[in-house]
Amino acid sequence: MTTTEMPGTLRRILDYSSRADPYPLYAELRETPVARQEDGSYVVSTYRELTQLLHDPHLSSDVRNLARPMPSAEGGGTPAFINVDPPEHDRLRRMAMRHFGPPHTPGMVAGMQGDLTAIVSGLIDDFAGKEQIDIVDDFAYPFPVTVICHLLGVPREDEPRFRLWVNDIINSIDYDPKIDPKEKLENGVRARQDLREYIGGLLEQRHGRPGDDLLSRLANDDGPDGRMTDAEIVATANLLLIAGHETTVNLITNGMLTLLRHPEVLQRLRDEPGLVVPLVEELLRYEPPVHIIPWRAAYSDIAVGDTVIPKGSQIMLMLASGSRDPNRFHDPDRFDPDRRDNQHLGFGSGIHLCFGGPLARLETQIALTELVRRLDRPSLVTDPPPYRRSPVLRGPIHLNVEQGAG
Amino acid sequence: MTSADNLRAFKRDGRIVVVGASLAGLRAAEALRDEGFTGSLTMIGDELGEPYDRPPLSKQVLTGWVSAGDTTLPRRRDINAEWLLGVPASGLDLATNHVRLADGREIPFDRVLISTGVRARPWFVESEAALDGVFVVRTREHAEGLQRALAAGPSRVLVIGAGFTGSEIASICRERDIPVTVAELAPAPLVGALGAMIGDVAADMQRAHGVDLRCGVKVTRLEGDAQGRFRRAHFDDGSTIDADVAVVALGGIRNTEWLRDSGLAAGVWGIACDTGCRALDLNGLITDDIFVAGDVARCPNPIYEYRLISLEHWANAVEQAQVAAHNMVSGQADRWPHLSIPVFWSIQFGVNIKSVGVPTFADEVVVSQGSVSDRRFVAAYGYRGRVTAAVSFNNAKWLDHYRKLIETAAPFPPPCPTPDQPVDMKPVPVDFPGPTLLAQGATVVVTGHDPGERRVTAAQYHR
Ligand SMILES: Cc1cc2nc3c(=O)[nH]c(=O)nc-3n(C[C@H](O)[C@H](O)[C@H](O)COP(=O)(O)OP(=O)(O)OC[C@H]3O[C@@H](n4cnc5c(N)ncnc54)[C@H](O)[C@@H]3O)c2cc1C
Ligand code: HEM
Repeated sequence: MTTTEMPGTLRRILDYSSRADPYPLYAELRETPVARQEDGSYVVSTYRELTQLLHDPHLSSDVRNLARPMPSAEGGGTPAFINVDPPEHDRLRRMAMRHFGPPHTPGMVAGMQGDLTAIVSGLIDDFAGKEQIDIVDDFAYPFPVTVICHLLGVPREDEPRFRLWVNDIINSIDYDPKIDPKEKLENGVRARQDLREYIGGLLEQRHGRPGDDLLSRLANDDGPDGRMTDAEIVATANLLLIAGHETTVNLITNGMLTLLRHPEVLQRLRDEPGLVVPLVEELLRYEPPVHIIPWRAAYSDIAVGDTVIPKGSQIMLMLASGSRDPNRFHDPDRFDPDRRDNQHLGFGSGIHLCFGGPLARLETQIALTELVRRLDRPSLVTDPPPYRRSPVLRGPIHLNVEQGAG
Repeated sequence: MTSADNLRAFKRDGRIVVVGASLAGLRAAEALRDEGFTGSLTMIGDELGEPYDRPPLSKQVLTGWVSAGDTTLPRRRDINAEWLLGVPASGLDLATNHVRLADGREIPFDRVLISTGVRARPWFVESEAALDGVFVVRTREHAEGLQRALAAGPSRVLVIGAGFTGSEIASICRERDIPVTVAELAPAPLVGALGAMIGDVAADMQRAHGVDLRCGVKVTRLEGDAQGRFRRAHFDDGSTIDADVAVVALGGIRNTEWLRDSGLAAGVWGIACDTGCRALDLNGLITDDIFVAGDVARCPNPIYEYRLISLEHWANAVEQAQVAAHNMVSGQADRWPHLSIPVFWSIQFGVNIKSVGVPTFADEVVVSQGSVSDRRFVAAYGYRGRVTAAVSFNNAKWLDHYRKLIETAAPFPPPCPTPDQPVDMKPVPVDFPGPTLLAQGATVVVTGHDPGERRVTAAQYHR
């Protein structure tokens, strides 16, 4: 493996015109598993090298370890644990996980099954009488947002306010000073500040008032690691809010899109509801919501394959490419819900492995099961659908579906 | 079995016998069917009932969370086998290809897999071992008995031997709020497997959880009352301790006695085989039709200078079974080598301990990530300047990285800093007590002078 540059491939992937189908470009990228870019950053696109790096303790998620610090939308606030290294990362994640799953709160996600199904049923009831349904606006967006707001203890009525903030934040994640207008970053910084202030305000009301929502629990509950500072709680809540907003939406939408493109699988799912579990795993591999981890930093020199990535380098991890690597997955461009040994990279891997995976899985399983059960002969209005701008969190911005056709 | 035709015929209607119907035996049988073997498959096992899983026996079963009966191994597929359970195999005749059962039956085979594993080393005085309240833990019945004894609320439990099993049992006792004394001949718990540095951590951990830990002592006698109930243990320093339950956790004995006259390279250290899981005979010549897998196997590992290594690890049993099964129904050119890097885990005192590689194959150890005082760390093991193993306490997610270091013979100590690096990162001698993997006693004698006459015979068994 050499570290020749891949002139243009990455650029083309980031370009909006390839949003509907970046996969052929990923294949091109994989010809150089670890590719040094002109600006000294590295793009990693093959499964083996990606998993190796994700388990390498020399890989840092902390911007301060970049030789050339990136302009960050963090704006000097306390970073959330997704952007922090051990031991701090482990401590904060542990403290948050205490309220989210095993071992301290086992059965939390499984216990939500009834509520989730009720929300989904309500949203589908509202389809009645509509000629066209937008799977995104009418379903895939409101569902996980309702869930995460409820979990955190954020009033659902405030959603339109922070929807704008979240949008600006997501837009700034892949800010590139060479091609993007400065406002893109500035809007992100401002949105983060606004969101922090908003959550901070909610948090203040929670102190001394134990409750079931996550904000109250974090504000009042003392575990073995002590209590998070207010700034840490705000950062954590922001992270969950954003992560709980922008990813599951895409998985559900990509799921519906993929099923409509594979009618025989859609029919099977109707007939054998148990199929939904491996099907959602295959979706996370085949059409994942998170395509790229846009940067990691080499804390010290990292050997991967034949390449040594020098200390301080920026590293871009092409997760969606790794999940389509023919050296790991047989016939990778085929959507195959019966696939065995499906260790996709949809939720990342290693210590930053998605915290919300169990919830996202259950949400998507219920959503797809109910959609195929209740929609009457659905069909796509436009294929491919229009996509969001982001190449990082990739998904349709609308997915219009008609019922009763053919 | 030479030609492709023969192999095809064997795969279609050959006879395979598996001796030892537990983890390795069952997984191998399933893999044989996966590989398309449609001949007759016979499972011989001395335990009655469905094959079951052992790791929970010193963990969830003893807390009462899982009943001993609920440890049955999940079946990955139907194996369509004839099960001969409840009678041990007592011999293997390589001249006529028969397995002899203790009840006199003779079972013919074309190929055989030996997966007879390990049994618990009993207390050395039989009458004392027979006292009511004295336990070992290897089987489902053992664990069931011990769980009942723990549930009865004993005044104190004595655990003899602080290896993994003994330490896990001590941990369960504390979890159940039962006073427990652990007696260990070595200077600390787990030193035999992981060395002195981790041993010290394990000792602190036990004491912090209220274990009465006594190291460097030997239990000399178990004393019973008139009803034959265990009451008191005597130590070599003259002290005694009163307890109602004694758990003897002194490791295992490989189940190879039944092979004594078979002509295979079988002994206290297991059955030697090549990486293709084919057994060696006494002369060190490879056999064609005899395969070995699991705890009873002793297999060379190229990463560790081709030394023969015996492992008592769950994952090793599974992987080796898979390789053995594949090779049993494949031609020479298609054979797989069993080359995996060993992994092991244990759960005790709220800590998830995991290892990768062979920690006993090391001369130095260094804490490479995390903090020992928080009991969240990774320790890397090195042998002559390369990484050979790693052990994590509550930090298992990093072990894939260390596996890679082992596979690539990366330099030790690992030179590049990580964000979570202890300040005082300095390698220390690994310090194993007693003979280890690197120094094993002779077990055979060689006779004859001419190359055509030289032969090996087994030395007397002693332990
Ligand atoms: C209490 C306990 C806890 C453990 N915890 C862990 C852990 O946390 N992690 C880990 O990696 N490993 C653990 N292990 C080890 C793991 O269980 C073993 O590696 C695994 O059981 C090996 O499987 P096997 O099939 O090779 O041998 P065994 O499970 O020992 O099976 C051998 C079988 O052969 C039978 N047999 C023996 N002689 C004969 C004969 N002559 N004729 C017929 N049948 C015979 C035996 O009765 C037995 O049924 C633990 C083991 C025990 C006992
Ligand atoms: C289908 C939906 C989802 C996908 C595809 C997804 C994907 C991912 C990925 C790839 C990462 C790794 C990021 C990295 O390594 O830097 C991650 C991390 C994370 N995700 Fe998700 N996610 C989803 C849903 C959720 C939900 C619903 C939540 C919250 C409830 C959530 C919370 C988090 C958090 C907190 C992290 C950071 C973990 C850490 O740094 O330790 N995610 N997610």
